Formats: sequence, structure tokens, C-alpha cells
Amino acid sequence: MSTANKNIFIGKQLLFLLCLVPALLLLWDAVQQQLGANPVEALLHRSGDWSIRLLLITLAISPLRKLTGRGWLLRYRRMLGLYAFFYALLHFTVYLWLDRGLSWREISVDILERPYITLGFVAFLILLALAVTSTRGMMRRLGKHWTALHRWVYAAGLFGVIHFLWLVKADYREPGVYMAIFIILMLFRAESFKKRLQGAFALYSGKMQRMGLAPSRSQLSE
Amino acid sequence: MLIRRASGIRSSEITSQSVYNQRREFLKSGIYAFAGLAMPGLALALTDKPGKLKPIANLHPGKYRVDAEVTDYKWITTYNNFTEFGHGKSTPAKTARKFKTRPWTVKVDGECENPGKIDIDDLLSVFTQEERIYRFRCVEAWSMVVPWVGFPLGDLLKRFKPTSKAKYVLFETLHDPKRMPNQRYPGLDWPYREGLRMDEAMHPLTILSTGLYGEVLPNQNGAPLRLVVPWKYGFKSIKSIVKISFSEKQPPTTWNGKAPDEYGFFANVNPKVDHPRWSQAKHRVLGGGIFSGREKTRMFNGYADEVASLYRGMNLKKNF
Repeated sequence: MSTANKNIFIGKQLLFLLCLVPALLLLWDAVQQQLGANPVEALLHRSGDWSIRLLLITLAISPLRKLTGRGWLLRYRRMLGLYAFFYALLHFTVYLWLDRGLSWREISVDILERPYITLGFVAFLILLALAVTSTRGMMRRLGKHWTALHRWVYAAGLFGVIHFLWLVKADYREPGVYMAIFIILMLFRAESFKKRLQGAFALYSGKMQRMGLAPSRSQLSE
Repeated sequence: MLIRRASGIRSSEITSQSVYNQRREFLKSGIYAFAGLAMPGLALALTDKPGKLKPIANLHPGKYRVDAEVTDYKWITTYNNFTEFGHGKSTPAKTARKFKTRPWTVKVDGECENPGKIDIDDLLSVFTQEERIYRFRCVEAWSMVVPWVGFPLGDLLKRFKPTSKAKYVLFETLHDPKRMPNQRYPGLDWPYREGLRMDEAMHPLTILSTGLYGEVLPNQNGAPLRLVVPWKYGFKSIKSIVKISFSEKQPPTTWNGKAPDEYGFFANVNPKVDHPRWSQAKHRVLGGGIFSGREKTRMFNGYADEVASLYRGMNLKKNF
């Protein structure tokens, strides 16, 4: 193993343990009965918070790599994304079991009729699909579709943040900060998105021109 | 709860169950007892047990006592929606610690013959302070059972002789950003305002509360004076009241003004009318632990026998 790979390997182990800390603290507080008057709500909120935070950190990797030029950052992205899913799974499990008491009728009404729960559920399904297809084998099997599928992570991020915004009564500060971070991260991508859009447009107009259906750019500027 | 009352014993001599329990707790924990004796007065500290605040003098047991386990002092005093002192549930217990509740006067005006002011200490001495153990149901679908101390709101209102034009009563919380730090920020339209229809205000279940667990109210619970309307969602029970006004028209109220489709003026507890974002059919009883599950919410929070007649013929879905 090269030194660089060795460092990444150690780094991944450290990151694994670091991301586990909020879950261990949660478990500790639950066992010690330190979750306050409404422990189920505390479990829900804390697991949900960490899912959104880790998802935003995952989304920050690629802009960070571009800004700093440190390519090795990408090697940590999958683990961060999987941890975002892990906390979402914890959040969803607490909701199904401890909060709703596995009352499927109530749960289905929630998912179908309460928009913030609908969005949270969709975000969870997206993260589930991404987690399942996160292995090297799946990457190989899905080929170019893999990239297209994993772009849905942006939708999961957006839905997760709106899920939070919509459940708040009056204090929009925390979900507001998450939304601001999400928008900033999206703006970083706007440049490459614009380029892709321009590329697609150029391809499209080129085709049209070849078919004699559209004026060329030089004709337009006359 | 069965309280045997032999004739010849004045009700003031009877110790209420919670005061009794509390004394036992007090004696059991010598350290607490010592701290309580060493620090009398109104100083408030975060504590698991009562015993640090001033006891209510001449506390009467009263007859309104729900047959349910009273919620721990710890939960009642650390899980509070008191936006004036911050947004988190545990924030008010910390940020309201230094809040001064003396001097404190309540101004009464509007459609009445005798407008005027009344001091909190007069309220405490003039009105018989009675313990009332009520269910408390928050619009956020959690609940607790609270041993309030207080007196019927109607007894106070009568003294100001409301006129025939007085159809509603409006309440206002103190507005002083220096003392209530979160009022420096937007969030709610300060001061917090709540209102009742006259018949709701005069109902014997409606009280002005001055205490909790036999002692004066902890700051985070709305000291020194708050409203308690047990058949309505908690946000109607306005805290730290400085003003009461009689009016002819339905007054604007804080949460109703902020989100009229979510928080009605009446806000009667009703398991059949959901909040637009969540169900009101069940609620979580505070302090029950992780595996406790939820309980079914009852119409008018279990006070239907006493208050349903106030709303006879009214469409409760429309007037939620």
C-alpha cells in the first residue's frame, strides 16, 4: 500500500469513528435517561439534525475539492453519504417505532397527507436508493446511469432541509442556516451546470442547424 | 383521590396530597432541605424538586383534582414553551433564572366600570389560593398533569365590574426586551396576547395561576401570574400577565394572528380536528420514557362534562 493510500485508510477509520460519536452520545443519553421530558422527540430531532448536517457535508466535498485542489477529499465522500443515510435510517426508525408505535394506518396518513412528512419520506427513499447502489459492484453494473442516479442526492438534500423548515413553529434559525448552506453549495455547482446546459444547447442547436431548421449563431447576431 | 374531611376541620388545615408528598421529598433529601432553608425567597435555581421557591401561604386543597399521576416537577420546569425567553424547550429554565417578578402590577381596563391596577401581592393575599390538579395539553401533541395553585379568574374580573359591552377578555404578557431577552428578536408579534370569550373567562375551571407544586410559580412557567384554561391548548394559557382588558369585539391574539389556519381563537382540545401539519388524536405524556407510547386525546381535554355546554350548537371544525 502506498503512503497516500495508507493515509487515506487511516483517515477513513478516524472519520468512521468521528461520525459515530453523535450516535454513541445519543445512545449514552438514552441509557442514562438524559434525554429530558420528551425523550422520543429528542431522539427524533437529534438523529434528523445529524442526517441533514452529514448530507450537507457530503455535498460540500466536491466544491471543497475544487477550491482547494485536494483530490483525496473525494475518497471520503461515500462514507459521509452513508452516514447521512445511517442517521436518516435511525430517524425514520424512531419515527415508525417509538413515535408512531408501528401504527401503519397513522403512518400512511402521515406520509400521504402531511407534506413535511411526505418530503422527509421521499428524501429517505432517495438516500436508501443511493446507499444500496453505493458499492463498487453497483457502480460498475450501473455504468453511466450511476452518475445520473446519484445526482438525486441534491433532491434529497433539498427535501431534507424543507422537511425541517416545514415542521418548525416559529424558530426558523437552524433550518434557515441549513437552507443557506444548501443554496451556497448549489451556487458552486451553478457554474458547471451552466456549462453543461450550454453544451447541451450547443449540441441541440447544432443538430437543428444541420437539419436546416434553426438559424446559426452568426445569423442571429447580424 | 379521596380526601376524607371530618366536620370541624377547616379546609385550610388539610394538607393536599402533593404538598404532603413534597414535604416527604423535602425531608428525605436533607441536602435539599438545607439548601431550601438557607435560600428562602424568590431566587430560582434549576432543580429536580420543589423546595427552593417561596411556599404559597394558606394553600387550600380544592376539589378539582384529576385522577392521574402528577408530572414530575423536573419535567414541568424544564420543558417549556416560553418564547420570550428563547425558542428551545429547555432554554427558558436557564434564561429566565434572573427574571425579577417584583414589583408587579396588573392593569385592568376596557369595558368595565372600575378600571384599575392590582398588585401581585394583593392578588396573593386577597384571593384564596387553591390547588388545582389539571391536565395540560399542548397544541404540539404532548401533555402533562400539573398541580397549579391559583384562584378563579372570574373572581378577579367581577371586582372590576365588566359592563354589558364586555364580550371578550384580552390578556397581555409583559413587553420588556431587557428582561425578556428573546423579545429583542422577531419570531412572535410582541407582546404575546391571548383572549377568551366572557363565558369562558367566567367559567369556574378557568384560573389565574400564581403557583406550582405549592410554591410561587417558577419563572419559566410564567411567573408571577399566568392564565390556565385546562380544556384549551396550552398556548391559550398566557404567561407573565401585566394587562387584562374587556372588549366588545374578539381581540387579536398572537398565534392566531401568526398562522390563522393552524391556531384558532378557540383552540379547544379536540382529537377530531387535526392541526394542518399533525394529528391531534393522540398525545405523548411527558416523563413517560422512550417506550411509553401515546395516549388518546379526549374532547375538551377530558373536561367535556364541565365545558361542552359553552359551545352548544357551534361548529367546532370551523371554530377550531
